Amino acid sequence: MEFDFAEEQPKFLMLMYGLIAFVAVVGGLLLLLDVVPAWFARRHEAKLVAASASGAPLPRRPKQREGLFALFFLLPTLLLLAVGLVVPAIRTTLLSFMDGSSSHWVGLRNYGWMFSEDSIVRVLINTLIWVLLVPLVATTFGLVYAVLVDRARFEAVAKSLIFLPMAISFVGASIIWKFVYAYRGEGDQIGLLNQIVVSLGGEPKQWLLESPLNTFLLIVIMVWIQAGFAMVVLSAAIKAIPADIVEAARLDGVTPWQMFWRITLPSIRPALIVVVVTLSIATLKVFDIVRTATNGNYDTSVIANEMYNQAFRYQQNGQGSALAVFLFVLVVPIVIYQIRNLRQQREG
Amino acid sequence: MTTATPTVPAGTQATGKTTSARRVRKRLNSPVATLVSIVIAVLWTIPTFGLLISSIRPENEIKTTGWWTFFSHPQFTLENYQQVLFSGSSSGQLASYFINSLAITIPSVLFPLAFASLAAYALAWIDFKGRDWLYIAIFALQIVPLQMALVPLLKFFSTGVTVAGVTVLPAWDLVDEQKFAQVWFAHTCFALPFAVFLLHNFISQLPRDLMEAARVDGATHPKIFRTIVLPLITPALAAFGIFQFLWVWNDLLVALIFAGGGNETAPLTVRLAEMAGTRGNEWQRLTAGAFVSIVVPLIVFLSLQRYFVRGLLAGSVKG
Repeated sequence: MEFDFAEEQPKFLMLMYGLIAFVAVVGGLLLLLDVVPAWFARRHEAKLVAASASGAPLPRRPKQREGLFALFFLLPTLLLLAVGLVVPAIRTTLLSFMDGSSSHWVGLRNYGWMFSEDSIVRVLINTLIWVLLVPLVATTFGLVYAVLVDRARFEAVAKSLIFLPMAISFVGASIIWKFVYAYRGEGDQIGLLNQIVVSLGGEPKQWLLESPLNTFLLIVIMVWIQAGFAMVVLSAAIKAIPADIVEAARLDGVTPWQMFWRITLPSIRPALIVVVVTLSIATLKVFDIVRTATNGNYDTSVIANEMYNQAFRYQQNGQGSALAVFLFVLVVPIVIYQIRNLRQQREG
Repeated sequence: MTTATPTVPAGTQATGKTTSARRVRKRLNSPVATLVSIVIAVLWTIPTFGLLISSIRPENEIKTTGWWTFFSHPQFTLENYQQVLFSGSSSGQLASYFINSLAITIPSVLFPLAFASLAAYALAWIDFKGRDWLYIAIFALQIVPLQMALVPLLKFFSTGVTVAGVTVLPAWDLVDEQKFAQVWFAHTCFALPFAVFLLHNFISQLPRDLMEAARVDGATHPKIFRTIVLPLITPALAAFGIFQFLWVWNDLLVALIFAGGGNETAPLTVRLAEMAGTRGNEWQRLTAGAFVSIVVPLIVFLSLQRYFVRGLLAGSVKG
């Protein structure tokens, strides 16, 4: 079957419908908001005129107008959030206490299953390794790089190089790195990693099949993507350190090493926390990398993958939901920590 | 977040720092620092570079020799791209999926952008009871992982809503390319909390005087929104637009669940993930295919990088 452009037309038609819907909804809402208040204003004026003519007390300006405006401005967002996020989240929580086909209540059985089934415990451990390592390593690389290239000659270019992977999809990144890890039984190696191993006199390996090493190799992919984020945020924080502090420290004759530990690091602590927190949350939800690189086989699965498998491959809604809820429970303390931190900053 | 002093919206804020920065230019530029930074930069670039080189080598070469031999025996072909984009479904047919990615992404960026800017305006500048609580509630929704919504939302599309035996909303019953609508809907919902938060950061920092002057002149909220706020927050809109574009274009999970796997609706990411699973050794297709999926976000990203960075900083640091 060759590529045929005519077959693609329904898609463009659908896209056009979507765009028409967009214009109709947003334009219609703005128009409504313009026309209706104008109509009310005219009626109000008419009432004023009538009242002043008859000598009756002037009617007061209706008070609830502001609230009405707010309601219409917020309506699409609130509606979509309710239908797409709030209600489903509540239902997922309920489903997690029901069986696979969501027809009977089973109490905490799904949660018990999660912590007793060996393969799932393995998944939880993997997730723990991810969450501990990715923020730590990515932030370290980002910080070191941000400090090193700060005000260097080719700073902008140097930063773009590290930042670029952020534009690449997790799927694309996984393919890029699978190619680095590629293995060939005989002949020349085509994967960079095995080539390096061979040229150092080692034996080539099927990297992604070897547990627990493979989990760490997948973590490399995530670090590769996220270090750019850490670098950009931390670099901005470093540039925001007041110049006189740095100058004063230099006059006191501190070494670059001392400068980093005594001045730079304490000054950028808030940004550092934000980076670590953001990366932790992103890492908890990692799905695409594991799915593309190993499909969760060879002991590499993580919570988000297992959730997908349970709910959408094995049709075990209860167990899938329980995993989703557990994911949410893991996110909450991280966020609370960040909020408390922000509050302290504002007070202190 | 909300500062009492009126600041001009983002963009002009950064200029004050450059003069002081110049004074601190004398800096450790030791050889070691330079070396380490070059090593990191090379480490970060080489994997992508290898993929690119491989994608233009002939199939036979890719499968038998490493991409680094390209420099000693350069052989160049566009055959892989031709194959993976346009020939039959067994070799990728990515052109078709490329169109799907576009059809999914464009509305999924526009809808949350419009809805969130409306909502953010209301939360920042319209006085009503419970405004702060509502903002905090929407802000808090950011932490709900989208995994929490997947199963019920899919059920919502496939069976509709029934309360006590009465059908409130019928099933959507979408087929083929109509499924795009599901994906738009899901992406819009999931994007809103962050979008409202990010745009609120910008909109609430617009000068109060400006708003009050407009109110005194008799401008209604929709008028202020359209004529004053929208033009002023264009950088913020751009920032979120890029964010959302990259997120949707690169997303796998939402597409996998709501678009299905067929070539009528599935985006590039779904197709590539599938190819990586079933044709893991067809490197001539995987390398070219990966680059096809990377090139659009890369262009968007490189041309609009400063907006993206600004949005990133506003979204993460100020929060």
